[in-house]
Amino acid sequence: MQRYSLVSLARNAFSNHEDWPRAWRAAEPQAAYDIVIVGGGGHGLATAYYLAREFGEKKVAVLEKGWLGGGNTGRNTTIIRSNYLQDESAALYDHAVQLWRGLSRELNYNVMYSPRGLLHLAHDESELREISRRGHANWLNGIDAEFLTPAEVRQWVPAIRLDGRYPILGALLQRRGGTARHDAVAWGYARAADRLGVDIIENCEVTGIEVADGRVRALQTGRGRIAAGKVGLVAAGHSSVLANMAGFRLPLASTPLQALVSEPVKPVLDVVVMSGKVHVYVSQSDKGELVIGAGSDMHNSYSQRGSYDMIEEIMGPLLELFPSFSRLRMLRQWAGIVDVTPDRSPIIGPSPVAGLYLNCGWGTGGFKATPGSGHVFAATIARDAPHPMAAPFGLDRFTSGALVDEAAAAAVAH
Amino acid sequence: MFLIDCPWCGTRPQSEFAAHGEAQVVRPADPAAASDAEWAAYLFLRDNPKGRLLERWVHRHGCRRWFTVARDTATDRIEAVYPPAGGPAGPPSGPAGGDR
Repeated sequence: MQRYSLVSLARNAFSNHEDWPRAWRAAEPQAAYDIVIVGGGGHGLATAYYLAREFGEKKVAVLEKGWLGGGNTGRNTTIIRSNYLQDESAALYDHAVQLWRGLSRELNYNVMYSPRGLLHLAHDESELREISRRGHANWLNGIDAEFLTPAEVRQWVPAIRLDGRYPILGALLQRRGGTARHDAVAWGYARAADRLGVDIIENCEVTGIEVADGRVRALQTGRGRIAAGKVGLVAAGHSSVLANMAGFRLPLASTPLQALVSEPVKPVLDVVVMSGKVHVYVSQSDKGELVIGAGSDMHNSYSQRGSYDMIEEIMGPLLELFPSFSRLRMLRQWAGIVDVTPDRSPIIGPSPVAGLYLNCGWGTGGFKATPGSGHVFAATIARDAPHPMAAPFGLDRFTSGALVDEAAAAAVAH
Repeated sequence: MFLIDCPWCGTRPQSEFAAHGEAQVVRPADPAAASDAEWAAYLFLRDNPKGRLLERWVHRHGCRRWFTVARDTATDRIEAVYPPAGGPAGPPSGPAGGDR
């Protein structure tokens, strides 16, 4: 494993950058592992990394049915924030933001975390009250929040229209909010986990889960049977499919969430702008493309496709806020399959099958939580007991009624 | 995006309709007698198959009537449309022999 540094960059320049080693091994699956993580997205790879680094697990594998980060990790709009309303959510998402801060150094991989600031716009009196309530709740949880007047919004976002059909009356700012490079998150965690001995096995789809005496025993995969002491399911939109293999159902609906990017242009927007009322969120990537998203499709589907009606649903609100974007051409449109829970909060913890752990239900907003999710899930698996931050997010909350309801305040515009 | 055959209006674009989840979920006959687990299952547990799903749709921007659609969620291909009280025989909470 070659450490990335200025020295290694210079050394490889002499060989025309043709001799860089693989970032991670192409591991062959072994017959048995202590812990198998199903799902090679950011959350699964982060889980494996923290299992190896922090909990000393030696025999860990990550199984990915396609390629690393080819699912929702590479399909989101890369937004990071932690200004959630509920105490439990604020703790979990801010844990992630604190890990984002040092992540590039820790992984020796530039994940391009950019705390450029994130604005939630308020377009009417009720939205002003909502951001006021949420901002004050954030303060009580030690999370930065500032209230902006329309004139201050204009200073932060010169291109925005304040007096449109839905005038901008204020905004909630989280300065630590921002973006990161989503592919790099998967690749950085994969490389760092590989260095610690984790086997990362791509093109290895799980086709069956062996359960005996109420305990998980092994996984059937496209590359043979793999025995496992413990299994962590981190499969986002396909979590229900895997749960069915193990004989139980989950409170999830899998729906497409679409996004688009524009052609690259000169810097025009150096913060993340989100609006729940007209419903769009947008940032500009370092390549210059505008990255734009809105609401998920209404119906269950596993088809990772964009649709024409959603182009209109997303572009209308964007042009309401930024009329000057009207002549931009859109380059790409796609969908990721998001697994949405009834309370819009994730499920982290044990399942009805012993040894089988769940990390799913992140719905439309999982990318921002990647480091924190992986960290608390690794602790939960390693100790066979929920990490304190994960405990409120157990599957049992749907029976006890102790929901962590982010649906009312934050379901829109994750 | 796909086309849906409304039982009353004929073939219309999907954007006129709204999906409301799994069809034929039956409320426990005596809610007070249901266990917490049974009540949670009724409220929250849903079939979420990658395959055939029986689901409720409403023609929101049309006749505003409800009906049931059997659709393959992997391909979005609609296999059948049933009036609201209709549907294929099978377990009430999902399609018989389907991918549960």
